[in-house]
Amino acid sequence: MTPSSSRLSWLEASARQRLAVLVDPGSFAEFVGPEQRELSPHLGLFDLPEQFDDGIVVGRAALGGAPVLVAAQEGRFMGGAFGEVHGAKLVGLLRSAARQKHDVLILFDTGGVRLQEANAGELAIGEIIRAIVELRRGGNRVIGLIGGRAGCYGGGGLIAGSCSTLIVSEQGRISISGPEVIETNKGVEEFDSRDRALVWRTMGGKHRYLIGGADLFVDDDPAAFREAVEAALRRPARLDLAILEAEQRRLQRRLQRFGGARDGTDVWSILGVGDPAAIPSLATDEFLRQAADCRETADDAR
Amino acid sequence: MERLSYTLNAAAPAKGSRRQAITGVVASGNLEVLAERVLPPDTCTVDIATAAHGFAAVWQAVFSDFAARHQAGGLRLSINDGGARPDTVALRLAQVVRLIEEPEA
Amino acid sequence: MTLAEVLNSLFPTGHDTTVKDGLLFGTGPLRDGDMAHVLGVVDNTALGVEGALALAGRVLEIAAGPDRDPILMVIDSSSQRMSRRDELLGLNEYLAHLAKALMLAEAGGHRTIGLLYGGSAAGAFIATALSTGALAALPGATPAVMDLPSMARVTKLPLEVLQAKAKATPVFAPGLENLAKTGAVHQTWDPAGSLADQLAALLAVPPGEDVRDRLGRERGGRPKAAEIAARVIEEAGRV
Repeated sequence: MTPSSSRLSWLEASARQRLAVLVDPGSFAEFVGPEQRELSPHLGLFDLPEQFDDGIVVGRAALGGAPVLVAAQEGRFMGGAFGEVHGAKLVGLLRSAARQKHDVLILFDTGGVRLQEANAGELAIGEIIRAIVELRRGGNRVIGLIGGRAGCYGGGGLIAGSCSTLIVSEQGRISISGPEVIETNKGVEEFDSRDRALVWRTMGGKHRYLIGGADLFVDDDPAAFREAVEAALRRPARLDLAILEAEQRRLQRRLQRFGGARDGTDVWSILGVGDPAAIPSLATDEFLRQAADCRETADDAR
Repeated sequence: MERLSYTLNAAAPAKGSRRQAITGVVASGNLEVLAERVLPPDTCTVDIATAAHGFAAVWQAVFSDFAARHQAGGLRLSINDGGARPDTVALRLAQVVRLIEEPEA
Repeated sequence: MTLAEVLNSLFPTGHDTTVKDGLLFGTGPLRDGDMAHVLGVVDNTALGVEGALALAGRVLEIAAGPDRDPILMVIDSSSQRMSRRDELLGLNEYLAHLAKALMLAEAGGHRTIGLLYGGSAAGAFIATALSTGALAALPGATPAVMDLPSMARVTKLPLEVLQAKAKATPVFAPGLENLAKTGAVHQTWDPAGSLADQLAALLAVPPGEDVRDRLGRERGGRPKAAEIAARVIEEAGRV
């Protein structure tokens, strides 16, 4: 069942399918694969089913001939959430990348930390961020791809914020607290989690691209993600004080410009978008055209 | 979790030479099947972990049908079940055999 | 211990710190004569975009400055601030920015030490407590990923069931003991002893690699993490 890359939806695809069509054909070699049966040591306490790869596929591959290390989360297993083994596979991959001086692609699809293993998941997030910083300081890139059903929430959102470049599709969402969490804690007036349009205006791919929370915007299409990865691999790879000072200024400016905004449409209006209400329904080409003139960027400031 | 094991009458050895293949996802109504070409060519075994208790007879029927329709000799099949219906199980078994038959890259 | 008690025990000869909007900034003298930069999230404050930016800005000033003094972050926070506005503005970037700033400051020669004396949860815990080079905690601290009643609601399990399971494993429930067992907390300090002495002792241990997963294995809280990470490294190293 080898999918044709031009017809497969990134959103609908499994982690393994995404990897298969993203990297050079036949180049992928998996680390700690399913045949090793490194299952979660904790899900059994909750009588929950396990998955042989604990919901993340990690390994090496080539992209345009260049070696990369890759990780792909399976968003449909336990919501793609970070458990002990899941998190440790990504930690090990990032530490390997630093030793071998390889760039890393992370195909995010996660609701955050797996509650049944919450402390292990939380610790993994911290270890992952630390390993990303070390890898980036050494001159390599960590490129995040966000466009799956589970989005990139919670600890995943934090990891995304430490990546060199973020590639997002319209279907992607990036956030720390998810809509339900905000509603449960602060009430439906603060956030109606059933209002899908509100979710996307607040956390969705188009908004993140416009406000500078993501760097490249693509169609829900593996070929588009691949092209964006190739572009991301050509960007500078640096993480130092100068970059963080630029990020400090960028994030300060963002508060000054948009700190009074109530809704995504307010942000887009301030940016200078002609018809903010139309943004969600714009096709990609038209959206990119309008965004090019007015979006905030995070170049050399992430 | 209920754990079940079956040994099936393999009609013929699985084609191709790949050592393993995997398909599916452990999600509600779904399952993953890992196939490893590690057994003698006339043997096929299936191990299942499932949260749905008491369906041994249903599993048996699905596997008997599978063994009759597909060449699965030599394969050790391992399933993590998320509560899939028999037709979904049959689909995944057929998929994993097709995958392990694919020529090596 | 209260914040005042913590600071007085850390800096018995006095300290120069201010608290505003739940954020603490300042300095205090160490036993060996050097100064420590002091930062903090205090008074059970939720960490939002403004707070993360202010703390990160100070860390970056310190990192660019002439000294190599350690940075002590005292922590009694709630979780990340949960609001539509914070997420609209990209809270994930602000919290990640703080984490990166702390890690780069450490890499640049400023030891970063966290001292958890109260609460700390979820995204705030990651961006502060887990982003320092070492984390010390005082008994009575209440680190958490999520409180058990909320976990019960999300997992659709009765609270009593979760409480019972929490007795069998340290891997999910809140609490200092669990976060120490899993490797998040390097040292639990003695509130009856001098915090200045305990800080000096911790600073005397040279900084090194991230050993949290190994601590988790030694203490029994995370049986697999260190081994799995090592196995990935080993397989990745094979040609």
